[in-house]
Amino acid sequence: MKQESVILLLLGVFFGFIGVVYWGWGHEDGGGIMLLGAFLLGMLPGFYYLWWYRKSGGNRPEDRDDATVADGAGVVDAFPSTSIWPFVLGSGCFFIVLALTFGTWLLVPGVGLLLSALIGATAESRRGGNV
Amino acid sequence: MTDLIERPSTEAVPGHGAPTHGDDDHAHGGDHEHHGPSGILKWLTSTDHKVIGINYTVTSIVMMVIGGAFAEVIRAQLVSPTNTLVTFQQYNQLFTMHGSVMIYLFVGPFAFAGLANYLVPLQVGAPDMAFPRLNALSYWLYLSGSITMLLGFFVTGGPAAFGWVGYAPLTSAINAPGAGPDLWIGALMLTGFSAIFSGVNLIATIFYLRAPGMTLFRMPIFTWNMLVTGILILLAFPVLTAGLVMLYCDRHFGTHIFEVQGGGVPLLWQHIFWFWGHPEVYILALPFFGMVTEVIPTFSRKPLFGYKGMVFATLTIAALSLGVWAHHMFTTGAVLLPFFSIMSLLIAVPTGIKIFNWIGTMWGGNLVFSTAMLMAIGFVVTFLIGGITGIYLASPPLDFFTHDTYFVIAHFHSVVMALTLGAFAGIYFWFPKITGKMLHEGWGKAQFWLLFIGTQVFTVPLYIVGLHGMPRRMAVYPNNPSWQNLNEWSSVGALMIGISTLLFVVNVIQAYRKPIPAGDNPWDASTLEWFTSSPPPHHNFVSLPPIRSERPVWDYNHPDAPALAHGHHETATPPAAPAEQEAHA
Repeated sequence: MKQESVILLLLGVFFGFIGVVYWGWGHEDGGGIMLLGAFLLGMLPGFYYLWWYRKSGGNRPEDRDDATVADGAGVVDAFPSTSIWPFVLGSGCFFIVLALTFGTWLLVPGVGLLLSALIGATAESRRGGNV
Repeated sequence: MTDLIERPSTEAVPGHGAPTHGDDDHAHGGDHEHHGPSGILKWLTSTDHKVIGINYTVTSIVMMVIGGAFAEVIRAQLVSPTNTLVTFQQYNQLFTMHGSVMIYLFVGPFAFAGLANYLVPLQVGAPDMAFPRLNALSYWLYLSGSITMLLGFFVTGGPAAFGWVGYAPLTSAINAPGAGPDLWIGALMLTGFSAIFSGVNLIATIFYLRAPGMTLFRMPIFTWNMLVTGILILLAFPVLTAGLVMLYCDRHFGTHIFEVQGGGVPLLWQHIFWFWGHPEVYILALPFFGMVTEVIPTFSRKPLFGYKGMVFATLTIAALSLGVWAHHMFTTGAVLLPFFSIMSLLIAVPTGIKIFNWIGTMWGGNLVFSTAMLMAIGFVVTFLIGGITGIYLASPPLDFFTHDTYFVIAHFHSVVMALTLGAFAGIYFWFPKITGKMLHEGWGKAQFWLLFIGTQVFTVPLYIVGLHGMPRRMAVYPNNPSWQNLNEWSSVGALMIGISTLLFVVNVIQAYRKPIPAGDNPWDASTLEWFTSSPPPHHNFVSLPPIRSERPVWDYNHPDAPALAHGHHETATPPAAPAEQEAHA
């Protein structure tokens, strides 16, 4: 996880650097703010992964050159093999976007589908399963 | 339904023959013999990355055909200077929807959601994407967005007509009334969230679900490129989505963010759009860079030349791509020309490294000119043309001269047609893995030559007519025989590209009507997806090889070949061509 954090931090530092150069040179606020956002999007997860790497105190099997298959054996996670809720949630979003064009009445099926999907997916997660 | 997935606990032993994939006796933990729903219910409910990847791929290819049909009408209109095939407004709608369908609904989703969905978990030895249900939601949002955009053709006033970049104030409620522009905005929001969720999933999968020994610097280059693409997606797409919300508020809630009348700044839209739009160029391109980087070493029978150089070039391109957005805005007179020109020119360095590495990989190799390899070489040549003309456009004086002419169209289409060649390189390379069937090499090569020559016949006249000053986005043009002649040639090229797509459809139908089994690894390729069966079982692997280099399957299948160390590229003895290749040669 150390390499992952270094990559994100380097990208963040680069965006911060060009953000300073750009804003200092051109005084254009829109681009400066967007580069600030890019800087934060590199630094925040980068530091999180660095903290997480130090806290976990060592390399995972996927980070070690000499790891064997046996080192990574065991349960990876619980994965849902099928679920109707992504389709229901996507349909809800579809109706909500159509409501922006064709009228607010479409929010009724849209929000209905959205809520039922959230409840259904949550119940499904309680029984076990990844997001 | 939930499966508790375990990793295999024992390694397949090199030199002891290929493992028996799909055999239940070799299943370790998870239900490799999956008995889920079938038919339409499978399509609606599957969270398997392979099913979702195929859904994405097929849908995006359908979008390519639709967007391509729009292009053919555009080129038919431009065959003569005062053609009346379509009205001016219909022409505006056609080029808007052609660009929108191709950029938002085909090239990106095909690469970063279609093939990446299918291949990244396989290449890193994972049982699925990290968030399978989020992955399925991404697809449904993408499909919803695609339908929403095309719905524009069925509403009063027709679809959006302000160009795929949607510049303010053309997008205001006064200049673009009706439902079509709103559907365009809604479609981009849906596909934008779809892309963001795909980016999250790609990064999480690559960071957390790699197989033991699969360190970052042993990942296949395609997966590396998808990691960087995922990071770029998270940096760029939220900016566009925010801009779209602002645009919708301007149109319907009385805000004036992009409207001068209320104190707004139309140029802000261009900053927001291109802060997404230029990284988007690399969000589109990097996956295809990755695809050809898998194809070229395989058919050169050599390890990749400069693996780490490729990785750092990819990271450098991604970093620089966020600092070049306003090179699309040079002629506004309101941007920092030296900054954006320098940053844009710098991108040529890592891109050049990639091109030299592809050539270095082929150099001295035992080249096999399969369809996938031809498509990959066609990609390199065409991308080089698009890249070099892009360097011209990064220079403000040259950009002032060519801005909004067909030169820009030609440059852009050299790039995206290169990506299309890259897409077909990927399709011909991985089709056997995905379907278990071979595509016909004869049909494939005919498609390649038609597509490659058609691309050049299509774009080269546009460069010339652009330098003559022909403006883009005009349904008619001055009655100049030279311009007409060049436009006729360009339309012939577009027709050749269209026919080449039909050859591909015929090839796929043929592959299903007269299937020829592909086997697990018909190309003697080296990355992990070729270790499992074709198509792979549910949750992908029944056993894993030891991973000691970026070519674990090569190491497994050729235990007597020299070990591969970074920077140490020995040409191993080329293997005999598999029987399937012989059958199709």
